[in-house]
Amino acid sequence: MIRLFTLLVYVWMFTPIIAVIILSFNPQQFGSFPMEGFSFKWFVKLSHNSTILDAFKNSLVLGSCTAVLSTAFGVPAAMAFIRYEFRGKQFLNTLLIAPIMIPEVVLGVALLLFIRWLQQPKSFALLLIGHVVLTLPYVLLIVQARLVGIKKEYEEAALSLGANPFQTFKEITFPLLAPAIFAGMLFSFTISFDDVTATLFWATAQNQTVPVKIFGMLRNSVSPEINALGTVMIILTVSTPFLAGYLSRRFASGK
Amino acid sequence: MKDKSWKPWVLLSPSLTAIFFLLVIPICFVIVYSFWLRAPSGADIPAFQFGNYAKFFDDFFYPSILLSTLRVAFETVILCLVFGYIPAYFFYKTRSRFKPFLMLLVMLPFWISFIIRTLSWINILGDSGLINHLLLKFHVISSPLAMLYNEGAVIMGLLQYLLPFMILNIYVSLDGIDKSLTEAAKSLGCTEWQAFKEVTLPLSLPGVSAGCLLVFVLTCGTYLPPMILGGPGNEMIANLIFKRIIGTLDWPFGSAISVLLMVLLMVIVYTYNRYMGINQIFKTLSNES
Repeated sequence: MIRLFTLLVYVWMFTPIIAVIILSFNPQQFGSFPMEGFSFKWFVKLSHNSTILDAFKNSLVLGSCTAVLSTAFGVPAAMAFIRYEFRGKQFLNTLLIAPIMIPEVVLGVALLLFIRWLQQPKSFALLLIGHVVLTLPYVLLIVQARLVGIKKEYEEAALSLGANPFQTFKEITFPLLAPAIFAGMLFSFTISFDDVTATLFWATAQNQTVPVKIFGMLRNSVSPEINALGTVMIILTVSTPFLAGYLSRRFASGK
Repeated sequence: MKDKSWKPWVLLSPSLTAIFFLLVIPICFVIVYSFWLRAPSGADIPAFQFGNYAKFFDDFFYPSILLSTLRVAFETVILCLVFGYIPAYFFYKTRSRFKPFLMLLVMLPFWISFIIRTLSWINILGDSGLINHLLLKFHVISSPLAMLYNEGAVIMGLLQYLLPFMILNIYVSLDGIDKSLTEAAKSLGCTEWQAFKEVTLPLSLPGVSAGCLLVFVLTCGTYLPPMILGGPGNEMIANLIFKRIIGTLDWPFGSAISVLLMVLLMVIVYTYNRYMGINQIFKTLSNES
């Protein structure tokens, strides 16, 4: 019974996604059933659409920058929370994790309002800082969870053997922490790459990400092009964690 | 021993500065703006008055959207609970060697774009979508059923988005339960069902309530499913904010609605934290990677 029900939940969860993938190969003019053959026509058409390619490039650059910045901010903060005792620790930890609990619409409005008050135009930088705020809590949670499991004694041993704090971090803490840092970056990248709720507030016609572009295209109807774009996105974002897992295993076993 | 009390602050300063300037101050701006006036010309005039809030509660239009948001959020929580608990329980019980793979599949939607998952329902529920196509083909119906652009379709989209959060929260809680407890209950004469009801279910409640809170909060703050899958009558509070800010550029009123939404969710999160502790949610979120 339980097994059957679980199976049904899976079917329910994945049917729409599979439908997107199947329909993207439908040569018919409308992005809907029935299938009338199999063709890559819509993918070819996508690859000739320069605004979509631009959006892709934007999304990739934005996601990578967000991942780097978020981890650069998040890792030291996680170190502070796990390795040190200081006043107001609990409060500050909650504050840094707060963006998860604040509705994304409000985050979108707030940052846009602030930028408007500063009389700055919407720009790539706005998207970047916005995405860093969105992803920082996740980096913090992931790195903190891992850091708790790394014994403080290793670092203390290195320090007592004469390493300076920077060397200690480079030689001891960082290698032990690397999987979590990597996971944090991956998570930030995906959140940034997929985000649409807040990004719609911050994006402009010149600075579009792929989801924002899809949103714009959707206003007409679900065209087969959207399905094809969706398929590309699904393959890209789903293969990232698998590829990352595979690569990290290879590196781990390679040496 | 040297005084090292400045060290954590050095490590914290980049993220604290970022959060202070990019989150705390902007949110203060939203609060300040919510008291401003909007000139007929569309300009914003600094002021301190409650007109924007009064406007919200003036007639029944805006409060009814607030109420329907809460209703939809409540329905989504209940459905997520039913459709989430059983798979989570299955993962807890199963000894299948496919378990890691099945767990991975549950996480997979996290990696798939929200907008694509939302619009994918059009391919299923639309007039020429999968369900209507199959029903027409087998002559069950003679004209397509209208399944899109209503509350049901919106809830489908929300469920698709939020179910993985619920399943993981419940699973993390179930996974922490010592299995010998149910064995003990059964050896003392409990049936399978009684052991579940008296031991497993109560012990999984922290995960259940964390999942419910997360689903509720996320539902209240989203506008895409109603926009893409809903009709004109299915707008939620976040849609109002989006329309005011992006559509009519009415910053003061949009800010006031944002403040109302924030206060509402803060009351809910605070009450929850008071009784359940918020850490359960963070525990699960950090396990998701």
